[in-house]
Amino acid sequence: MPVQPPDTSPPALGDFGQFGGRYVAETLMPAVEQLAREWPIAWADEAFQAEYSRILSEYVGRPSPLTPAPRLAAAIGGGQIWLKREDLNHTGAHKINNCVGQVLLARRLGKTRIIAETGAGQHGVATATVCAYFGLPCVVYMGAEDVARQALNVFRMRLLGAEVRPVEAGSATLKDAINEALRDWVANVADTHYVIGSVMGPDPYPSMVRDLQRVIGDEARAQCLDRMGSLPDAVVACVGGGSNAIGIFAAFLDDPGVQLIGVEAAGEGLEGRHAATMSRGEVGVYHGMRSLVLQNDDGQLQEAHSISAGLDYPGIGPEHAHLRERGRARYLAIDDEQALAALSLLSRTEGIIPALETAHALAALEPLVAELGPQAKLLVNLSGRGDKDMHTVMGRLDAESLALVERARAHSSQAQAGQGGQ
Amino acid sequence: MSGSHPGRIAARFADCRAQGRAALVGYLTGFDPDHERSLANLLAACEAGVDVLELGVPFSDPTADGPEIQAAMVRALAAGASLEGVLGLASRVRERFAELPIVLFSYANPLLRACDRDPAGARGFCARLRELGVDGLLVVDLPPEQASILRAPAIAAGLDWIGLCAPTSPPARLNKIVNDASGFVYAVSLTGVTGSALDADSEALRAQLEDLRGRTQLPIAVGFGVREPAQVQALAPQVDAVVVGSALVQAGRDGPSSLASRVADLRAATTG
Ligand SMILES: Cc1ncc(COP(=O)(O)O)c(C=O)c1O
Repeated sequence: MPVQPPDTSPPALGDFGQFGGRYVAETLMPAVEQLAREWPIAWADEAFQAEYSRILSEYVGRPSPLTPAPRLAAAIGGGQIWLKREDLNHTGAHKINNCVGQVLLARRLGKTRIIAETGAGQHGVATATVCAYFGLPCVVYMGAEDVARQALNVFRMRLLGAEVRPVEAGSATLKDAINEALRDWVANVADTHYVIGSVMGPDPYPSMVRDLQRVIGDEARAQCLDRMGSLPDAVVACVGGGSNAIGIFAAFLDDPGVQLIGVEAAGEGLEGRHAATMSRGEVGVYHGMRSLVLQNDDGQLQEAHSISAGLDYPGIGPEHAHLRERGRARYLAIDDEQALAALSLLSRTEGIIPALETAHALAALEPLVAELGPQAKLLVNLSGRGDKDMHTVMGRLDAESLALVERARAHSSQAQAGQGGQ
Repeated sequence: MSGSHPGRIAARFADCRAQGRAALVGYLTGFDPDHERSLANLLAACEAGVDVLELGVPFSDPTADGPEIQAAMVRALAAGASLEGVLGLASRVRERFAELPIVLFSYANPLLRACDRDPAGARGFCARLRELGVDGLLVVDLPPEQASILRAPAIAAGLDWIGLCAPTSPPARLNKIVNDASGFVYAVSLTGVTGSALDADSEALRAQLEDLRGRTQLPIAVGFGVREPAQVQALAPQVDAVVVGSALVQAGRDGPSSLASRVADLRAATTG
């Protein structure tokens, strides 16, 4: 794959307009500076590119296909809908594209230990996977709340040889896992690389993760021209920190006819608990960057809420804040119920069970088709598959099948207790 | 306002030097565990011999702090802590201790929010800090590259800007940090968060402090992980001040008298 210069090449400090920067403790600054110095050199190095591409192809399974979704389109009032199938990547989401590149960089810099934060567990699983592939020790920080609701991914990480450290502090979710990973990094910066899982954190992370996820957009753009015979009218993706969205947007930034639409989590509704940073956030400094964030008047970060653990974050990557300020991208908010409905709709119409995060992007399609017309060509980043969410979804959408399982469990444990008593 | 006479920070360092000892910088989180008990602890600590008070502004996401100070910030926020409330504490301390230097320790976001809220912006906010009796600012997540938003208005208002030097900082960064600093420079003793275990006798730390001494005329304070009088005693001859944080927060959990006796023990060790 040819090396593309970044579309919004940030000045020295990684500023995206008023957003971005390097707001970290002095102890970390030398490591952050080293990354900022070394990343562009590695990325421009043909040998590095070749190894990254080789692993993406023979291990991750790239390129991911572009799948038309005609029955989904028919169900929501039209549109030509195309799905970029990141759910078919090894480990089931886009996250691994970034992990492969960052672990390659860590090796190049001589780092021997990898740490990561995770919300839904997808980034943790992807990091644990790449560490297993390279034989590197891996520690994953995960909010205790998320450990409880993503038990399956916790087990996957452990099976892959990673150590999962639950974080009880604060709201015990993604933001607190990031805090704890930063503390680990401060203490172990000499030998440790911190693989941040989205386009956030101090410069150069937002640009570096964007570069590493851009493969989604580059492939999709070529696939659109090939399969649809034109560019799409709009590109749609869910946004937590914003990496799958930036990854697909990046290839279309210079196509003014292509609308870029991010979809954030409205949780229980914008008047209640939510994770809608674009709708309700204000400028703040946190997690090493200046960006929008949900906070109170006193500058304390607020706890986010979304049914999807991967969107349950009160902040957003600085490039998104900048894209919106520039008017190049716009952002919609979709609530828990709408996401659940979209998840079951895609499952029934196309035989694809999406992640709850991804379901937010899918739920935005109906209003977008209504707005853009039934001929509109819409490219959606299908960022991940839904297996990890089945327990949550079952509880919300199919109480009956959950009750069935629980009854059967109770019955068999009673039977066992009965046997034990004899 | 301090006008032309040297600020309280410089004056206190000069006093300590004249007494042939290092200054004791004591950190406590404002509002831990609530307004009243925090005030009682602050007054007790200053009474017992803290030379410079480092008053912590609670923050929801204190990424540079270890478990002891994190927990203090959680307690403080649960008790309704706000920046305004902490500034209220500062002015109460100021009423009792006219000459005691007070340094406000904070993460950037609460301060930047306050600057945004102030009709006169960062300049207005910094001027108000000065009027309330604050002498200096120590902002952990504003390295020199990002500091200008707050540093210039702080200096203009007569506040000292405390520079943080890490063991990982290369020479060029150290020079930049000490050049931007006023009041004193803070040498972070270890590669880690506050409250981590410190070997106060390590050769590396001795070399780090000696190197820093060669770069600046400003007083040097060393901190992170200092808990015991023996550590204070070991460090005092090499520096102008020793900072104790987590250990005071911990002692403060048992109330003012336990905190005061801890402060007295540490203070007694400052003669080296
Ligand atoms: C499938 C999937 N999509 C999206 C996200 C949100 O992250 P980002 O906004 O960085 O793409 C996650 C995060 O865990 C995820 O697992």
